[in-house]
Amino acid sequence: MIINHPLLGPRDASEFTYLGDASLIDRPDWQTDNAQELFHEYLYLRDNPAGEHRELWFHEQGDRSWLVVTRSTLTHEITKVELARDVAISRRRDE
Amino acid sequence: MSTSNRLNDGLIDRSRPMSFSFNGKIMGGFEGDTLASALLANDVKLVARSFKYHRPRGVFSAGSEEPNALVELRTGAHQEPNTRATVAELFDGLEATSQNHRGSLKYDLMAVNDWLSPFLSAGFYYKTFMWPKAFWEKLYEPAIRASAGLGRLSMEVDPDTYDHGFLHCDILIIGAGPAGLAAALTAGQAGARVILADEDFRPGGRLNSETLEINGAPGHVWAEQALSELNALENVRVLTRTSVYGAFDHGIYGALERKTDHLADSSGKPRQVLWRIYSKAGILTAGATERSIAFGNNDRPGIMLSGAVRAYANRYGVAAGKRISIVTNNDDGWRTAIDLTAKDVEIAAVIDTREGSPKAVIPGASIVMGGRIVDTRGRHGLTSIALSNGQNIPTDCLAVAGGWSPNVHLTCHQRGRPVWRDDIAAFVPGEDLPVGMRVAGAANGTMTLAAALRDGEDKAITVLGDLGFSATSPLDLVAQDEPSDIEAFWHVKESMGRCFVDLQNDVTSKDVSQSHLEGFRSVEHLKRYTTLGMATDQGKTSNVLGLALMAATSGKSIEETGTTVFRPPYSPVPIGAFAGRSRGEDFRPVRHTPSHSWAKDQGAIFVETGMWLRAQWFPKPGESHWRESVDREVTQTRNSVGVCDVTTLGKIDIQGRDAADFLNKVYANGFAKLPVGKVRYGLMLREDGIVMDDGTTARLGENHFVMTTTTANAVSVFRHMEFCRQCLWPDVDVHLISATEQWAQFAVAGPKSRALLEKIVDADFDLSNEAFPFMGCAELTICGGTPARLFRISFSGELAYEIAVPTRYGNSLAEVLMQAGKEFDVVPYGVEALGVMRVEKGHAAGNELNGQTSALNLGMGRMVSKKKDCIGNTLSERDGMNRDDAVRLVGFRPVDRSAQLKAGAHFVSRGKSAITENDEGWMSSVAYSPSLGHSIGLGFIKRGHERMGEIVVAADPLRDAETDVEIVSAHFIDPEGERLRG
Repeated sequence: MIINHPLLGPRDASEFTYLGDASLIDRPDWQTDNAQELFHEYLYLRDNPAGEHRELWFHEQGDRSWLVVTRSTLTHEITKVELARDVAISRRRDE
Repeated sequence: MSTSNRLNDGLIDRSRPMSFSFNGKIMGGFEGDTLASALLANDVKLVARSFKYHRPRGVFSAGSEEPNALVELRTGAHQEPNTRATVAELFDGLEATSQNHRGSLKYDLMAVNDWLSPFLSAGFYYKTFMWPKAFWEKLYEPAIRASAGLGRLSMEVDPDTYDHGFLHCDILIIGAGPAGLAAALTAGQAGARVILADEDFRPGGRLNSETLEINGAPGHVWAEQALSELNALENVRVLTRTSVYGAFDHGIYGALERKTDHLADSSGKPRQVLWRIYSKAGILTAGATERSIAFGNNDRPGIMLSGAVRAYANRYGVAAGKRISIVTNNDDGWRTAIDLTAKDVEIAAVIDTREGSPKAVIPGASIVMGGRIVDTRGRHGLTSIALSNGQNIPTDCLAVAGGWSPNVHLTCHQRGRPVWRDDIAAFVPGEDLPVGMRVAGAANGTMTLAAALRDGEDKAITVLGDLGFSATSPLDLVAQDEPSDIEAFWHVKESMGRCFVDLQNDVTSKDVSQSHLEGFRSVEHLKRYTTLGMATDQGKTSNVLGLALMAATSGKSIEETGTTVFRPPYSPVPIGAFAGRSRGEDFRPVRHTPSHSWAKDQGAIFVETGMWLRAQWFPKPGESHWRESVDREVTQTRNSVGVCDVTTLGKIDIQGRDAADFLNKVYANGFAKLPVGKVRYGLMLREDGIVMDDGTTARLGENHFVMTTTTANAVSVFRHMEFCRQCLWPDVDVHLISATEQWAQFAVAGPKSRALLEKIVDADFDLSNEAFPFMGCAELTICGGTPARLFRISFSGELAYEIAVPTRYGNSLAEVLMQAGKEFDVVPYGVEALGVMRVEKGHAAGNELNGQTSALNLGMGRMVSKKKDCIGNTLSERDGMNRDDAVRLVGFRPVDRSAQLKAGAHFVSRGKSAITENDEGWMSSVAYSPSLGHSIGLGFIKRGHERMGEIVVAADPLRDAETDVEIVSAHFIDPEGERLRG
């Protein structure tokens, strides 16, 4: 696969390390009453879609950016690649 | 030189004769021959034995689809089994031998299997080798293993080298037949970066094997002109002898180029190159493969594909027989008769399964329309064929024309499914092609020459448009469309004898119907039950025939029956090519510590830890066992001073205004208040509360920290911290850099360590206990101005330091420390002694931080802060992780002090049997303690901290040992920590 890095352009997927669902960005607040439950869901419960999936890739053999890659699990087509930091900041603003 | 079957003409160079041997017999051929064409020229019909029944077999095809003519090439370590003679280029001195027989090729003892064939039909493994159970291992498995496989491996290390390469292009064109050449010319002239790959050593595809004309000249002449034009274009790269074996994601293709297989000696050059080709678009022009017809005994040597017979005559100047017959269900078969007649080869008969009038006049041949072959004769080579009308025709070669199947393989590598076309009786590529791929020519079902040329040109124009190029002038090629009508015909039902479908795996029409009878209705089940198409040829000549028979048996259409899934590789790729240079010492990069060359000079024994090579111990003359060296290193360190290279521990440089806050979040214990000039032990958890790693972090400045990680987790901890920084807390002002390789670091441990270091630190630095106490850190200079960092930390439990210098000084520093330490009897120690001392001190390491243990298990539960947000603290409060009977890390010593403890043993209470239900924990690390004079261990046991002094059993059923052990403190040495603070 080829991942179109937002800063570096198209790079081979072998330069990257895969982590998993991009929902790992949304770490719960540790001080809420049901923090344990929220952390449990955050850590263990994932959607497993046949189709579009937002996922975290680390450019380990490159610039060490964490990326959010939108990829179809059926065709491997990649429709969007964002810096995870940008995604995290914008989600924070939305809260 | 006996070349009894040579004709005139052909694309071989008769001025370059060559000699080769087959089963030790010396024969002759010419440059341009394949091993198969040279064998046929020498009238060698019998070249192999089939896989299961050991039936005599001959050359069947003239290309990479060959199911029969598999041979062993070369000798000694260079010997390669299962090589297709039809693609093995002849070179002077080539040595080939036949395979898969006991005794001679002609009198194979295993041919008894052919007589036993009624017992060896589809699924016989599953039915026959079931009982009695006692026979499984002792009789069945050895017998099956002895009969399995085809050729033999040399059992020596492969002496050849293989390379990996990477190529980029606008358009990859796969196959240099008429459609591929037309596409390449069009794309190349338009200025696109083109790669044209062809598996043959002579590009041109079927043009080399036919007498069809382009622009008034023989097709192969046009192909040569086209190639010289392409080679002259700087933007075009032609790869011959290159098989594109897989279509992967995003326009990436895998290809194998055979660089020196056609040479007697590779002269040290890589034998093959595995290319990864990145393309913006691909045009598949891989042509088509002919298939057989099922009739009685249709597998004898001399029975070949019709297009192959024509290829041997036209391209190689070889008559595949002296009296040739043709059986066909289409017009193409007649062209074999016409071409051979033109070369004065005698045609015995043309049998067309279709009714109607003959398609050509073939002088001297008996023409049978609506004919059926029911049987053939000839033990080691065809002698005659028998027709259903009673005719018996003497013939030594039968050309079978069952129709052509487009090579759709690569169109299906992304789960695409081909679709059936009745008019050409073949599967063609479906709509769902790999991204960027188009298909042209015979691969697309465009089976005739003029149309294929046009298709190649048209598809290239389309692709050029997609990529923003404009085609220059049209090619204006003049060619004819040859007759190509076909009426599907698969199986002569009235056959006498077995009708072979898959020649390589000996699958017959009866096996296909039997598998249906036994309930295997899916084509994927048919394949696996009968092994149809599962041999090294992947059923290129047999799959369509097999599923046509299955369709007929089940009453479904071929369309409904469908094909099995095509997967890479298209044709076999040696494992050596996938490995490339990554073998032996070069399997992966080796990391040397900064003091490696010094350690090597000391005669160190090295051990691989990840990619690192670390000194394991330093044997001295007279020491014959590793324990002698390790015990000495430990004792000498504890008595005076020892030095160990600990550079491999991960070092992460952390800087920024929020660095302290950041560390406070990634470590479970507090870091915010760590003063400048101090080091603290840090425990890092995963979000689920399990320990991820541990290490020490030093605060060198207000906004500057240096973290150490374990050697094994250096990469994953860094990745995790970047995740925390970028994804969890994107607003923090923190920057991370891996500094593992920038600093050489040495542990200097033992009561004399301060005295040693005082000799090398520069005069202005005060090393006294008061000025530089335990857990202090400083930046300083040593040896007259060399920058260094000093940390007063101890893994051994002794008064100890770690000293770091820029990596380039590392090797010298080792020498300097040894020189300066001479008066204190300094000793270098390796990772083995390091491990012994940490077990003696009760420090957790990799065996304890194994991804299953929590801070509580390790006895560090109280370190996990509940007052701050940090990774892992919320979930480590779960009830299940805080059970009263949780295992705890404690020490163990054998009741019988002479007993040797074993890591991996499990604990049970005394008097209980060693079964899972009684399991109370496990021994994680053991060592012989030279300080205590007996074996000691660290381990986890339920409520361990409350059971000091209790005696339990360390049971090790795998090694048949049960040892009484006493639960003790994990701190075997200096439990109060007086030494390290002294």
